[in-house]
Amino acid sequence: MANPYFIHPATIVEKIREAEDINTYRLRLVEERAQRTYRFTAGQFNMVYLFGVGEVAISIVSDPDEPEFLDHTIRVAGRVTSAIAGLRPGDMVGIRGPFGQGWPLEEARGRDVVIVTGGLGCAPVVGAIEYIFRRRDQYGSVKILHGVKRPHDLLYRERFDGWRCQPDTEVLLTSDQPDKAWHHHVGVVTELFERVSINPAKSTVFMCGPEIMMRLGVPILIRRGIPASAVYASLERHMECGIGLCGHCQLGPYFLCKDGPVMRYDRVATWLGRTGV
Amino acid sequence: MAERTTADLLESDKGTSVMITASVTRGVLPTANLQRLLDVLGAKGYRIVGPRVRDGSVVWETIRLVSDLPIGWRDQQEPGRYRLEQTGSQQIFGVVHGPQSLKPFVFAPREQLLQIERTNDGFAAHQTIAEQEKVAIIGARACDLAGLAIQDRIFLHDAHRDPYYARRRQGLLVIAVNCTRALATCFCASMETGPRARSGFDLALTEMNDMLLIEGGSEVGCGLLAHLPLSPASEDLIDEAATEIDACARSQVRRLEQSRLPQALYEAHEHPRWDDVAGRCLACTNCTMVCPTCFCHTVEDTPDLSRQRTAHARLWDSCFTQEHGYIHGKNIRPTIKDRYRMWLTHKLASWIDQFGTSGCVGCGRCITWCPVGIDLTEELPVLLAWRDEPSVKKVSKED
Repeated sequence: MANPYFIHPATIVEKIREAEDINTYRLRLVEERAQRTYRFTAGQFNMVYLFGVGEVAISIVSDPDEPEFLDHTIRVAGRVTSAIAGLRPGDMVGIRGPFGQGWPLEEARGRDVVIVTGGLGCAPVVGAIEYIFRRRDQYGSVKILHGVKRPHDLLYRERFDGWRCQPDTEVLLTSDQPDKAWHHHVGVVTELFERVSINPAKSTVFMCGPEIMMRLGVPILIRRGIPASAVYASLERHMECGIGLCGHCQLGPYFLCKDGPVMRYDRVATWLGRTGV
Repeated sequence: MAERTTADLLESDKGTSVMITASVTRGVLPTANLQRLLDVLGAKGYRIVGPRVRDGSVVWETIRLVSDLPIGWRDQQEPGRYRLEQTGSQQIFGVVHGPQSLKPFVFAPREQLLQIERTNDGFAAHQTIAEQEKVAIIGARACDLAGLAIQDRIFLHDAHRDPYYARRRQGLLVIAVNCTRALATCFCASMETGPRARSGFDLALTEMNDMLLIEGGSEVGCGLLAHLPLSPASEDLIDEAATEIDACARSQVRRLEQSRLPQALYEAHEHPRWDDVAGRCLACTNCTMVCPTCFCHTVEDTPDLSRQRTAHARLWDSCFTQEHGYIHGKNIRPTIKDRYRMWLTHKLASWIDQFGTSGCVGCGRCITWCPVGIDLTEELPVLLAWRDEPSVKKVSKED
């Protein structure tokens, strides 16, 4: 059986600047065998490695049907991501993965999808959005509700514009610290719930962002008739192994690296409401 | 619970094992002849590891002679206290245990995973799985076997099989010793893991005065019996051994009530006792280091001075460290209260959901080696009394 700790080299094909200190790296596996066998689902992540520095868990934002190129949006946040920020196309990183459980794109087929994202943390759901739009007729209405603190925190601007043009799709943006040029809603993302019509029996909700957004937002959705079992959240914890062995990513009885990072909300609701877990 | 013995795992030994008769699964060896067992193991290529007195406690060390073992020594353990005393007796296995379980032999404190070398266009990784070494450990206790079985479940029987653990595990032969004396810190009887070694051993010994009652627990173990000058075990001796082991179980003064776990501990999340224990806990990580089952580890890259090659390794980590709950600029578990609660809740409650077994085997090491003597068997009942005490103000927001 394959060694889950083995690191496969990957070349940076393209580096796309998203914002200050945030770049999307398009990676391509070097080994032919790895290229042939590597498959992932939207919402899964890789451990991205830099020689002599270490590894960091990063979600894959590209389309699962094109596993030849693996896009990772990486914000400078610590030792490894700072070092990665200095890389250029042609440089080599390493990949271990894919790990974890992705978005419930099968269960959501034929249903409306409500995507609620907050802050810089919307990367894990981008792959799922692209997946749905490539199969537009297989899903019902799509509502994308995205909140940022400041307007310059808004990543993937062109993508949002593109998604807005999709049929039966609404994209609503909000900022709670807007500037003069901001022409979208002002406030936090949960306020956008009031501005869209949701069919609670037919909708699946994908959430990604700060846990406070989920803790405050999900009760509102539940009051509107959406069961907590139709809400999925991508959660974050420190991860070092990706296979449920290093112990860092625990949330109650779950290892978010293997049971998550996408978790059905009713399973984790109790734990997200607690401090220090 | 997985019950894999060396017989299941030690495929490479099959060709060399001697013919055995099914009847040789038990016998009596005079203590004076124990060296024969060590010699047989040595001749079969095993490195023999046993308890040895070192710096005021016993540690696992390579031994060759029975006289290397802690003859006549006894350990006294209490919360925050470990003392050895020489009794002058000829008892070989009088010391119950030291700070180490079997964990370091299979889940190494530092395990190099990969050697990674810089190349012209990037790097190349090479796996560095250790050469299989045949190690025979003599003197493991029932609690140690239970800990090993739990680690097997985690490292070998999950979605991914850990090849580093598997390699070390394959080479391990375990000779257990049934306990006839309990420490003040022992509570294996209430955890149903001891004091008798029930499974997961190759041989099990019960030391009775100047006799050793030996039982084979695996094909390999029974194969060893054929090389020893055994006399048949009388029913009286077998009964006497069972009586001593039962008495050891009854003499245990600590216990851990598991019937309401995991749920009752989950519900105690806001219990004021966590503040109380956090006021005593130093977050020193000792309990997690001596625990036979704790498996947290960190992965690090250590380049050499030329920066042309780097050692990619995993090291034991602990949920009591500041870094354990760190995620980009934030600590999920910033206080000692958070970390002690994380540890105890994982060990006694969420472990059950994760692996179908408690993470505690009742060895009592975390009690002994805690510098301030925090005792989980004392903390748990207080935490579980939560629901029964209407006077305690509940501050929990959920449920």
